[in-house]
Order: sequence, then C-alpha cells, then structure tokens
Amino acid sequence: MKTKRVYEPTKGLTERALSYCPGCTHGIIHKLVAEVLEEQGLLGETIGVASVGCSVMNYEFFNCDMQQAPHGRAPAVATGIKRVKPDKTVFTYQGDGDLASIGMAEVVHSAHRSENITVIFVNNAIYGMTGGQMAPTTLIGQKTSTSPEGRNQLTTGLPIRVSEMLATIPGATYLERVSVHDPKHVRLAKKAIQKAFDVQTKKQGFSMIEFISTCPVNWGMTPTDSLAWAVDSMIPYYPLGVYKDATKPGDDDA
Amino acid sequence: MAKGRIIIDVDRCKGCGLCIQHCPVHILELDLTTTNIKGYTPLIVNDPDKCIACSFCAMMCPDSVITVERFIKE
Repeated sequence: MKTKRVYEPTKGLTERALSYCPGCTHGIIHKLVAEVLEEQGLLGETIGVASVGCSVMNYEFFNCDMQQAPHGRAPAVATGIKRVKPDKTVFTYQGDGDLASIGMAEVVHSAHRSENITVIFVNNAIYGMTGGQMAPTTLIGQKTSTSPEGRNQLTTGLPIRVSEMLATIPGATYLERVSVHDPKHVRLAKKAIQKAFDVQTKKQGFSMIEFISTCPVNWGMTPTDSLAWAVDSMIPYYPLGVYKDATKPGDDDA
Repeated sequence: MAKGRIIIDVDRCKGCGLCIQHCPVHILELDLTTTNIKGYTPLIVNDPDKCIACSFCAMMCPDSVITVERFIKE
C-alpha cells in the first residue's frame, strides 16, 4: 500500500539526541522553532544565540549557525550579530533563569532599542539545570530547593510577568505568550513563531514569544502530571495571548 | 482498518509518555518488557489497526522519535 509521510523529524534539528530530561517540553519548542526555520527556508540564513541553562547545549541541536552567549547576554550578542549581518535572521533561545533574572537588563534594553531580533523565551518557573532553585518566575507557594516552604511573597516578591512588562515598551513590536501542553496549543505556538520570524524578516523590530514550559524532574512530577500542573497553576498566573502587536495592517503587502 | 502507521525510532525514546497521554484512540503504551540503548522503556503500538494518522503523538514528542505515514488508496 502506498504511504505518504505526514509528519517526520525536521531537518532543522541535527541527528544528535537532545540532552533534556524525559518529558521536558524544551524538545517540543526546539522542534517548533526548527520546523518554522525549515518551512520558511531560513535554515542557511539564520544565526541562533544559545543561552546558559538547560538549553546551553542547543548549538549542538539546531541545524543552523549558532553562537553561545554569556549568562543572560544573548540579546546583547544577538544585537551585535544582527547589526553586523542585517540580512541574517537572528534569534535567541533563553530560559527564565537566563532571561528573567541575570539577563533582564539585556532583554529590556533590546526591546527599547527595537532591535530586529526574535527572542524565544522558555518559562518553566524554576532553574532547571542547576538543581531546581527558585527563579524570578517561580509561583507563590511553589516549593523549590531554595524555597522549601514555598515561595513567600513577603520576602521574595511576586513572580515577574515578562511579556506584560515588555508590552509597556514602545520599541517592542510583537509579544505573545503560548503553551505547548496539548496538540492544539502546539499548533498555535508554531503560528506564533511564524509570526515572530515574519516580523523580523519584514524588519519591523523586536519580537518575543514566551513559552509556558515544564520541568518534570525539579517540579517532582511525572511528565504528564507536570503538563497538568502547568495548565492548572501556571496559565492562570501567566495568561496566554498576544500582549503586543505593533505590526501595521498594511505591512503584510510590503 | 488503519488509516496510517507510525514508525518509532526506539533508541531515541525516553519513555516520557506525552504521546500516550495525547493519543485520541489510546493505542500507545510503554513496552515494560524491554529497555532501549539509553535504558528507558520505549514506546510501542498495542493496536496498529486503530491508528488514524492524526500525528498528535509526533507533535507532542519532545525527542523527534515518531514519524507518521498515512495510507493512500491506489
């Protein structure tokens, strides 16, 4: 019987097995970014910037040119790359410990300058690689290795909502928060990445896609339970949706 | 009659079970009788005739384990 391939591993990722723990949604997000780059024919034209954290090794996985940046400095490195090579597509791939903590200044100033780069921000509310410490995005009451009684608002403040904060910046062009907890949301997330790279291709400025992700090992849950926890606990505090779309209606024709 | 089939790259599988959770026809399970080269219990299809080639398992797989093929009538 004849068959037609309807889904196969993307060429945007290398053959190498991902280094992430079982059930970590980093893998799904890698796949979506790689699929979009492949479908838009950008693989040979793209320079990615890897961050520090679990995704520190992602230059081994993306099948495009990659550069490693110091902790949190990926948007600054991407700014330099984009200014030297403005015809290339430049994206950064950062976790919440990298972008929302040590790298907060870089992403805020990149958005203020409306740098024409795309930021892929993976928010799983914890520091994964270093052993599950509290991150700026850790939810109130969430137990981590440095907040064993649960995060306390009185001593550590409230979790940072990065997309909402950047939406107040005039230079930011496209900001959306998506999730990958089921196939429907995976499809919507892919559309968001397509839109973000479109914004960059049309030279409209700074775009960021925030992903609600999971960390089964450091949350102490099975992969399926952690997807349910992300839906039940994270999405109510980090609502999904488009936070800013400053692309002009007529720009699609340009 | 199956509408398609999935091809599993057994040695890439980490046995996380996200595909099993999202399969709408519930035909996936972990093969608890064996381990793959990484030491995980890999994915198997327990009833290939029910596959509808929807690709949900492949979309949810973080490790690009699954390839989906749809049968075409000749």
